[in-house]
Formats: sequence, C-alpha cells, structure tokens
Amino acid sequence: MQYWRTPLDAARMTGAHGDVVIIADRCKGCGFCVEYCPLDVLVMSREFNRKGYHPPAVVKSGGCVNCNLCEMICPEFAIFSVARPPEAELQRAAAEGGP
Amino acid sequence: MSVAKVGTRTDFPAEPPEHPTAPYLRMERIPHVWCPGCGIGTVVQCYATALGRSGVDLDKASVVSGIGCSGRAAGYLKLDGFHTTHGRAIPFATGLKLGRPELQVTVFSGDGDLTGIGGNHFIHAARRNMDLLVILINNFIYGMTGGQNAPTTPLSARSSTMPFGNFEPPFNVPHLAASSGAAYVARWTCLHIRRLTWTLEEAIQRRGFRLVEVIAPCPTLYSRLNKLGTGLDGMSFYHDNAVIRHGADTRELAIDFQKGIVCGKFVDEEKPTFSELMDEHYGRVLGEKYVPMPASGGWQHG
Repeated sequence: MQYWRTPLDAARMTGAHGDVVIIADRCKGCGFCVEYCPLDVLVMSREFNRKGYHPPAVVKSGGCVNCNLCEMICPEFAIFSVARPPEAELQRAAAEGGP
Repeated sequence: MSVAKVGTRTDFPAEPPEHPTAPYLRMERIPHVWCPGCGIGTVVQCYATALGRSGVDLDKASVVSGIGCSGRAAGYLKLDGFHTTHGRAIPFATGLKLGRPELQVTVFSGDGDLTGIGGNHFIHAARRNMDLLVILINNFIYGMTGGQNAPTTPLSARSSTMPFGNFEPPFNVPHLAASSGAAYVARWTCLHIRRLTWTLEEAIQRRGFRLVEVIAPCPTLYSRLNKLGTGLDGMSFYHDNAVIRHGADTRELAIDFQKGIVCGKFVDEEKPTFSELMDEHYGRVLGEKYVPMPASGGWQHG
C-alpha cells in the first residue's frame, strides 16, 4: 500500500493482510470483484473455468487487506478473503530480509 | 506437441474450499440459476451476512418468496422457507407469522411479484403493520418470464411488451409502502453492499412491516432491451448516479429512466403490530375467553 507520508507508528504496527480465495469453477465472470477491489488486487484471467467463463486471478498477492468487499459483492459466492495470520506475516517479512 | 481436445481437461480442483456464507446456503444447489451480472446473489449474500451478525436463531428464521428470479432465494437459503405461488408470498408469510409468532419471517421477492401480482397483499400487509421483513428486489422488469412491462418499469424504458417505450407511470415503491403504513422503509442498490447489510441487520431487529427495496441490474433483459450494457455497466451507473438522502420525503423517490436513484432509510418508526393490536383488542373485549397464540404455535398445544 502507498502512503502520502510514512505513518509515525509504521515500525510498530502491521496492517491487515489477507489472502484471496477464488472458487474458479463457480465464477460466471461478471467482473464485479475486479472492478470494485479497492487495491486492484484482481484481474480477469485469460484462463477458462469449467463453464467457459473467465474467473478473476490475483496479481498482487501481498496487496489484499482482507476488506471482504469481493466476498460481499460476488453474486456467485465464488470469492472470499481470509486474514493472513501474523506468524506467517512475520516469517514472510523475515524471509524477505526484515521489516 | 500434444493439444488437449475440448472437454478433456482433468485438472479441476476436487474439493473447492468452503465459502464463509456456506452455512447459510444450500450448497448442493449452488451455482445458482441467476445470470452473470445479476445482482440478486449479492443481496442474498448481504442478507445472509446480516442474519449471521444479528444473532437470530436460524431455526427461528424463515424466508418466504414468490415467483420470479428473486423468488429462487428461498430455495438457496438454508432456512425453513416456502416458494409460494405468484404474488402470494406475503399472505403465506402472514399466516406463518400469526401461526408461530416466535419466527423471524422474511419475504424475499421481486418487484413484479410483490407490487404487480401481489400488490394488494403488499399494501394491506403494510396497512395492518404485519410483523414481516420484506426484501423487494427491483430490476424494473419481469425478468424470468421474458422481459414484460412491470409496475416499476420507468417511463420511456423499453420492455418486450412495450417495444416503443413505456408510457405507464410506474410505482414509487417506498412511497407506496410508507403511505400504506409501513414502519420501516429503506432503499439501496446492489452496489451499496455495506449499507445494505447494516440496514438489513437493523431491519431484522425492528418490528412491524419493514420494506427494504434493492435496485438490481438485469443484464439479460432490462439492460439488453434498453441497450444499457452488462451488469457491470449497471453497477457503474449506480456508482455515478445513486444519491444517499436519509429521511427524504418518499414522494420524491420516483425513479426516472437512467436518472438519479435516491437511496437511504426513509421511514423508521415504532408502531403496534397487527398481533399486538389483536391481542390488546380481543383481550379487552373478550377478557378471559381470548387465548393469544403461543409463541411456538397453537398446533402443539391443541
């Protein structure tokens, strides 16, 4: 996420992070989640699902903040986000070379 | 180089992960029949979320729907419910509520079913202040039967029975309900997912006749006959043209073709419901002889 200035408590705070789960074969390709994702985490993929629609795909895997908007707006019950646990967050940060 | 033939793909995921709304839905019926870009699924999602947050006992919640695209919702929600004949969702729900007063009864149906075929039931349930939550999904057309002109089709919009544009003045649904005596009247579009969920959560807690009108895109018929594009174009129209005005005068809420849509909560008042009036009246007139209906229904006590 981009900030217009670095928050004063940026070193102490970890923002919410989530992972998007897409049930591709239930999707009908309406594009609501892609259009209204506030952080543009999703794009329409070029792959077909079982029914011949293009499901969304995640392009920014660390960008999701678990706001659940895709889950609420999806008319097909085909996408949802789950909170990424803090431990995994720390490990990922450690793997990338510190916060 | 091997080229896979059409229909030979075998790497489908065997067990899709469970959706958080799955406990509220009959997952064996999903995917549902609604068209790509239709907004009814979003409303079902918002209702299921509101029901979960409100803490209502799911065994004491029921959903009744009439005929039409949105009438399918009663079959997809994992609650006791009934898919009634055309227009008769409110009479069925009235009987259900009077027979088992403990139930939280929701009517989930469309504009044609509730204000067209069942219009008389709608105004009389509002007049009596029956204790029902009515979710009216308004897509401005009879979607399931082929795009006939509905009582809510805006002036000059085309439908399959009005190919040169509609000349019948449409219903202003919140005004119809409010002037008939509804206790709670709100309107949102499918795009206002958070506000719709909050409103449904609040409406579940209220008593009396509660109407929540939800404007939904119909890409297959209304948008196609009027050349308005896909469901996503409908959503972006709501994004650009919906105005939120809480407490607005319901006379000013009529929807013109492709003009602004006023959303918000318009009426929220506490009034005695039909059951309370009946209990009070007969308790006063008949005294000891009157036995009010037990909360869990009379049939268990006969």
